[in-house]
Amino acid sequence: MPVFNSVTCPICGCLCDDIEVTVENNEVVKIKNGCAVCEAKFIGYKGEHRIHTPLMRKDGKLVPVSMDEAVHAAAEVLANANYPILYGWSSTSSEAQRVGVELTEEVGGIMDNTAVVCHGPSILGVQEVGIPTATLGQIRHRADLVIYWGCDPWSAHPRHLERYTSFTEGRFEKSEWTSYMQKLKAGAGKKKLDSALRSGLAKGPVPKPQACYVGGVPPSLSKGGRKLIVVDVRKTMTAEMADFFLQVEPNKDYEVMQAIRALVKDQELDVDSVGGVPVEYLEAVADALVNCEFGVIFFGMGLTQSAGKFRNIEVAIQLVRDLNARTKFMIMPMRGHFNVTGADVVQAWQSGYPYGVDFSRGYPTYNPGETTCTDVLLRDELDASLVIAADPGANFPKRAVQNMVKHPLIVIDPHMNATAMLGDIVFPVAFVGIEVDGTAYRMDHVPIPLHKVVEPPEGVLSDEEILKKILEEVRIIKAQKAEQEKKEAA
Amino acid sequence: MTELIIKNGFVFDPLNGINGEKMDICVKDGKIVKTVNEHRAKKIDATGLTIMPGGVDIHTHIAGGEVNTGRMVRPEDHVKDAVAKTAITRSGTGYSIPSTFVTGYRYSRMGYTTVMNPSMAPLEAKHTHEELNDIPLLDKATFPLIGDWWFVLEYLQKGDFEGCARHVAWMLDTTKGYAIKIVNPGGLESWGFGRNVHSIDDQIPNFCITPRDIMVGLAKVNKMLNLPHTIHLHTNNLGLPGNYQTTLDTMQALEAVPNDGKPNMHITHLQFSSFGGDGWGNMKSAAPEISKYINNHSHITADMGQVIFTDTTTMTADGPFEYTLYSLSGHKWVNSDVETETSGGIIPFHYKKNNAVNTIQWSIALELALMIEDPYKILMTTDHPNGGPFASYPKIIAWLISNKARMATLKRCNKKGQKKSLLPTLNRELSLYELAIVTRAGQAKALGLKNKGHLGVGADADVAIYNVNPETTDIANKYKTVRKAFRDAAYTIKDGKIVVKDGKVVMNVDGKTMWLDVETQQKCEVDQDMRQKFKQYWTIEYDNYPVYDHYVKVPEVIPIKASV
Repeated sequence: MPVFNSVTCPICGCLCDDIEVTVENNEVVKIKNGCAVCEAKFIGYKGEHRIHTPLMRKDGKLVPVSMDEAVHAAAEVLANANYPILYGWSSTSSEAQRVGVELTEEVGGIMDNTAVVCHGPSILGVQEVGIPTATLGQIRHRADLVIYWGCDPWSAHPRHLERYTSFTEGRFEKSEWTSYMQKLKAGAGKKKLDSALRSGLAKGPVPKPQACYVGGVPPSLSKGGRKLIVVDVRKTMTAEMADFFLQVEPNKDYEVMQAIRALVKDQELDVDSVGGVPVEYLEAVADALVNCEFGVIFFGMGLTQSAGKFRNIEVAIQLVRDLNARTKFMIMPMRGHFNVTGADVVQAWQSGYPYGVDFSRGYPTYNPGETTCTDVLLRDELDASLVIAADPGANFPKRAVQNMVKHPLIVIDPHMNATAMLGDIVFPVAFVGIEVDGTAYRMDHVPIPLHKVVEPPEGVLSDEEILKKILEEVRIIKAQKAEQEKKEAA
Repeated sequence: MTELIIKNGFVFDPLNGINGEKMDICVKDGKIVKTVNEHRAKKIDATGLTIMPGGVDIHTHIAGGEVNTGRMVRPEDHVKDAVAKTAITRSGTGYSIPSTFVTGYRYSRMGYTTVMNPSMAPLEAKHTHEELNDIPLLDKATFPLIGDWWFVLEYLQKGDFEGCARHVAWMLDTTKGYAIKIVNPGGLESWGFGRNVHSIDDQIPNFCITPRDIMVGLAKVNKMLNLPHTIHLHTNNLGLPGNYQTTLDTMQALEAVPNDGKPNMHITHLQFSSFGGDGWGNMKSAAPEISKYINNHSHITADMGQVIFTDTTTMTADGPFEYTLYSLSGHKWVNSDVETETSGGIIPFHYKKNNAVNTIQWSIALELALMIEDPYKILMTTDHPNGGPFASYPKIIAWLISNKARMATLKRCNKKGQKKSLLPTLNRELSLYELAIVTRAGQAKALGLKNKGHLGVGADADVAIYNVNPETTDIANKYKTVRKAFRDAAYTIKDGKIVVKDGKVVMNVDGKTMWLDVETQQKCEVDQDMRQKFKQYWTIEYDNYPVYDHYVKVPEVIPIKASV
């Protein structure tokens, strides 16, 4: 029973690489160190939705075909398309992403990745004002103030706190795990009682949910050791763990951040509250920000997908820039897919631009809103798509998906996901990080190798191999077309 | 089996003492050879043309996490410089931070064949190598940043030079690096909490060691490891008026390390470390003081760090300095600190002719090049992209060889800056021979690259042929002809293959990535030590840290036997 150490988990931007995987008969049977999501993927990835052969839609149904037939059909679609989009890329390796750039350039299409519906606004904000940031280890070693704004790592990046922030041992800061456990124990009794009162198992007045800003600023904001502040529109599980939870009104993050900036710059606010937060609480937060040794803000969709979008990110970054005049402060987006950072990184080094790159003129152009694929889809400007390592069929706006299926759709994925069910040509592939080696980039841009621990199913190739086959076939078709045109011209 | 003969050109090969002699250069199987079969060999008629070894660039930021973040944050820089795909070349963008393919093509078109990426955060080394793989037509190497690496700080603080040396050897092997890079020693670790160091004898917070200790310690380590290049240093207090004193202190500190009359330190982009005055208002050149010291000592080599009047992007591991630039300009600012190892920052910067300080900076680099007598000690760079894009090199060449060119630019600069420039007093003009030194021979020699920078038998067949006839051209007067000639090489030959003709790429080849395989005693013990410390120091596992062999597409491994 081989046991693999230092395996990298291929799910979220945490890219935990300390997973221990036990394999028996080419199956993963045990996972150590991984969170629930990690375990679910490693043990459950083979499920009933796994595709084992290439498929093509004939008479309205997807039927198995040979690899050659599928490759040729896909290559024909792309070679003949005028403006194809090649979208996804976030759940595959940087090696595959590089072939993706080459293929998109060869067919003169748009290469776009999941940032377009996720942290695209963060990229836009960074392109406006830059970003003071660091690798996650700097946070672990130095941060005594950690803020999660508009994100919920407990659900989406489960090991983030234990690997990188509040519950980790650093050279200069200790873990807050023990005092958190003590807090939990202390509150456990009261929680049990409240629950019993609410369900009628105990007699007494039913406790009402506590209003947020009652009882003054909590003393935990001025304690020693690492402090955790969570800012969100509702009390998430991460917020339950925080030393201070700041509840803001939906779509008011921009105002709240500008208010905090003003306070950090020693201005006085003439109002009593901003975005639903009483000013004295904002002042407490501003003081905590300025008085820390090393602070960090992690942020997510709460900022990128609420009113203001990339302006929210700009302001958050500007707040952190301002803070650097007073103390050391960093900011980092909580990237979702395990290699969306890689997709941005690879596209940038080969073309100069991170996402929404349009190669239709023979050279890369970039204009979010014009060349980003959601917009191209909404305006129905495309004439073919290739989707790989993502599921826009499930995640994109309805009208975008409706327009996508009007044109030939090639899908490259291990699973029969929503997009594959809509596809015209579907290629099964191996799971990167389980059945195929590769490289991925963590949310803080650190490159980490992905490992193969089991063999893929018979006949199932990697993303990189499929893309190379399609690229080669596209070149053959284009060369034949050019020959044909030369003959006709003569 | 390819044979090539370059006939009848004027050859400038300083490392072999050849100064404009008319001679044939013979190439076989990618190497320079004595003779070839003239009937079989491909011929290039180089009558009236200048032949030099392929260009070598000792310091240019072209690959890795920091460079790429620079690309990502400057779409406005790329939009003005798009490069279309051709049948042989990939598409991409420039301007100050070209994408990888374009980087290779543009260097090659100027006759360059070897480049050094001078800053690599070890934790992100795989990224650097992935990008180097995507830079065609050039041989390359990269330098890991270890001046503020916790292991270096701890071992030097203990006074354990041998232990430090073995760990540095481990780092060079693990990251497939070529040299020891030090940036603002002590400053980067201090920047971890937002602080900096201000002299080479400041104590570094939390580590009880000084910048002097780091530089002297690593110079000793460099010697113990028998590395081909010296330590490669970006000084403390870079970019601040009056910093020339720190630079002098630094150079004096290295006198303590025995060197047998050979260099023991390379100071990079020296211009930024040669500021006099004590504030921006009275900032002036300290090139005379710095040049005097370098002229009288044998242990220093340097490169210029020439400023070009253009909108460019600064990017260095000197996090605190980049923050200073942000405070001055308010421009978009990236900071990127790397756990256990280094820091970094990026900020766009526009050097303007009508700005007094920028004018003086422009002048300083040229003053250094002209006042330092031995061209082997002052090499041509811009610290791309910090001083300006590498595509501007032909402009610098014109300034180096022609007083007329310098004056033509100077007279359009800020009046106050003009008054402070020492260039009107410096008539020296570099010859083509000296130019070959500062752009290839000297660079290769400083780097310890035995097969580069010269055209002797056994050298790599990397050759540049330029449209300049040294017999009939008055290069100082006709500097525009020279500038044009060095912008679009007549031929660039890489590994014996013609890759550029008349300034256009005609063939694509993969270059090699050179790295040092340093052999020390007690290697196992170091591995054990690293394994144990890994979980404490880094957020990735020991097994996932190294740059495994498959990350380097075309390796050239240089075995080194250490004395420790």
